[in-house]
Amino acid sequence: MQPDRQQQQQGIDVAVLVSIGRHPTTGRPRRAEQDARGLELALAMEAELPGTRISMLHAGPQDDDSEAALRGYLGMSTGAGMGLESMTLLEQPEGSDAIPALAAHLANAAPQLVITGARAERGEGSGLLPYALAERLGWPLVNGLAAVESVENGVVTLLQALPRGQRRRLQVRLPAIISVDEAAPAARQSAFGPARRATFAITPTTPKADSELAQWQLAPARKRPKRLKIVKSASARDRFKAAAAKSEGKGGQVLTDVTAEQGAEAIYKLVKEEDVLR
Amino acid sequence: MSEIIRRDPRREWIARNRLHPDYATVLAEMSGGAVSEWMGPNGVMRKDPRAIGFIGPNGVRRIDRSGLQQGGQSPAAAAAARDSRRTVTIEQPAFLVAVVPDMTGGRLSGHDKDLLGLARRVADADADQPGAVVAILFGEHKGEEGGELKEQALGEAGIDRVVHLEDERYAGFAPEARLAVLSAVEREMAPRFWLLPDSPLGGADLGRRLSLRLGERAATGVWQIEADQDAPLGWQCTARGGAGSLDIQRPLPRVALALAECAEPVDETRHAAEHLTLAASIPTNLSRIEDLGQVAVDPAGVALDEAEFILSGGNGVKDWEAFHHAAKVLGATEGASRVAVDDGFMARDRQVGATGTWVTARVYVAVGISGAIQHLQGIQRCDKVVAINLDPGCDIIKRADLAVIGDSTQILAALVAMVEQQRGGQRDAA
Repeated sequence: MQPDRQQQQQGIDVAVLVSIGRHPTTGRPRRAEQDARGLELALAMEAELPGTRISMLHAGPQDDDSEAALRGYLGMSTGAGMGLESMTLLEQPEGSDAIPALAAHLANAAPQLVITGARAERGEGSGLLPYALAERLGWPLVNGLAAVESVENGVVTLLQALPRGQRRRLQVRLPAIISVDEAAPAARQSAFGPARRATFAITPTTPKADSELAQWQLAPARKRPKRLKIVKSASARDRFKAAAAKSEGKGGQVLTDVTAEQGAEAIYKLVKEEDVLR
Repeated sequence: MSEIIRRDPRREWIARNRLHPDYATVLAEMSGGAVSEWMGPNGVMRKDPRAIGFIGPNGVRRIDRSGLQQGGQSPAAAAAARDSRRTVTIEQPAFLVAVVPDMTGGRLSGHDKDLLGLARRVADADADQPGAVVAILFGEHKGEEGGELKEQALGEAGIDRVVHLEDERYAGFAPEARLAVLSAVEREMAPRFWLLPDSPLGGADLGRRLSLRLGERAATGVWQIEADQDAPLGWQCTARGGAGSLDIQRPLPRVALALAECAEPVDETRHAAEHLTLAASIPTNLSRIEDLGQVAVDPAGVALDEAEFILSGGNGVKDWEAFHHAAKVLGATEGASRVAVDDGFMARDRQVGATGTWVTARVYVAVGISGAIQHLQGIQRCDKVVAINLDPGCDIIKRADLAVIGDSTQILAALVAMVEQQRGGQRDAA
């Protein structure tokens, strides 16, 4: 009984913010890639830390399309007894500002950890929402998360993804907001049955229209012009040479007739200079 | 006496016969130094078209008639071209444009330079009342040789004023400390615009924090700006939104996060890069985020296309056990050529080249790889290529920055011994 209770104490409240994604080719609504990874992270935490309670949160309208997309998340919990049979839907019409509703709900529910995707796939998609929530709630925020290592005494140890597959370890005091992008583990498949059986807890909110967004002009993305190589030179000959020149090898150093040690030393020097040896 | 032109028929005959062994020396004597031109017997200037010009890439003689010097451009001429930059000093700026470059690896990246180009466009829009670009730099600047060159590099990128903060506090992941500095800059200088690169783990994070701190709704993914009189700040911007599927046209807000290639980098002017210091001390509040430093990752687990150090083996590798050992000791990610994969020595997902992975390593060591064109395509974007090969005539030698001709097994063994010895020495010293 005793160890069981200790494990119960270890568990924390995790809120996962989910949005409605957009399939890149067809444009159909689906579960958003990054948010699904965030939920996957939370489910992995639940498996490691028994007693972790996951709640899902979405702010938006309730209609058939969005429901189908949101059920994609609900189908991700396959095990028995997991707390994902329902999700909270803060109902507000399309084009409303999600931040006040989410901030008010999170301040009320007071989860210890909030996991979000880095950027939405529809609408403005500026990636400002996690930062806005962090600013409003006054919680620390960590972006580009790869894994949650441990939770101890109100401090969570995280791995942040750096470029070139590198990782950085961070310790953050709870409550905190973490955002995930492509570096987090890929989301599991969504199961159809649990997704159908799950329910929505619909909470009405007082919607606040996003008037600024309504004034902007949104258009399908144009292809960006490719940058031209401009040669600024006085003489035509230089410009012609620059245009006609083949990118030729710089002609590196070639070591022939050297012993293995000398060759190895030259390589070692270069590797050391480039600072890739750890 | 001196008016009579003395002729030496024999020398003239030699000068006409370019197959003669003394041709060059005679020509040189007759022309008095410049071989290609000399006074002919009747006082007419003669030119030798064969003595001028240079041999072109296809073995054909090319004659440069533009009046410039022949052959390749000399370093002095290149330096002169660089010195043609106009020096611009802005004493009394009408407003400030603050830029926070990423400074990846201690230098201005290409993205930073594009962003500074954008900042210059905004600052120089009105020629009568130019603004100044102030750059806030964190961490050490790794110039070529320190001090003066740093100002030069920053000035040539288009920076008028520099606030440079080198402190332990700002190293690693320290968004709260950096944000405190930016807030102090905002209070003291009140720049009209804040421009940051929209690069993950750099400006994208810091810029969003800053915009929320300033209570602005930042424009993210900006890739184009246009002057617009109706907009509150005089500019209209086009930003990418909705996971790259939308273009959003909106007035440029005070905080903007721009994509790479948002503008042309500065290349015609040189600016002062004057140092500024912040008057107020920056408060040191206890950070709730603690950076425990980088974690050693298993190089074998790093995806091949983003690995920074790759040891790649091909047909010339005979001892694969030693190869794997060398990769482990060096801490390099393993790659392979198609032949090595086809022969079953390496897994298919390790293949580098056109049909495998296009790699972006900083150092790529090709062991026993001859360099088929498909393989060379795959390593196009690598910075430094090292080749270890028995054949000095193969194609990878032409691509390689350092090529060692010799037996790969022995060289790898020597390299492993050297690295182990160095590591052992370091441990003793510590």
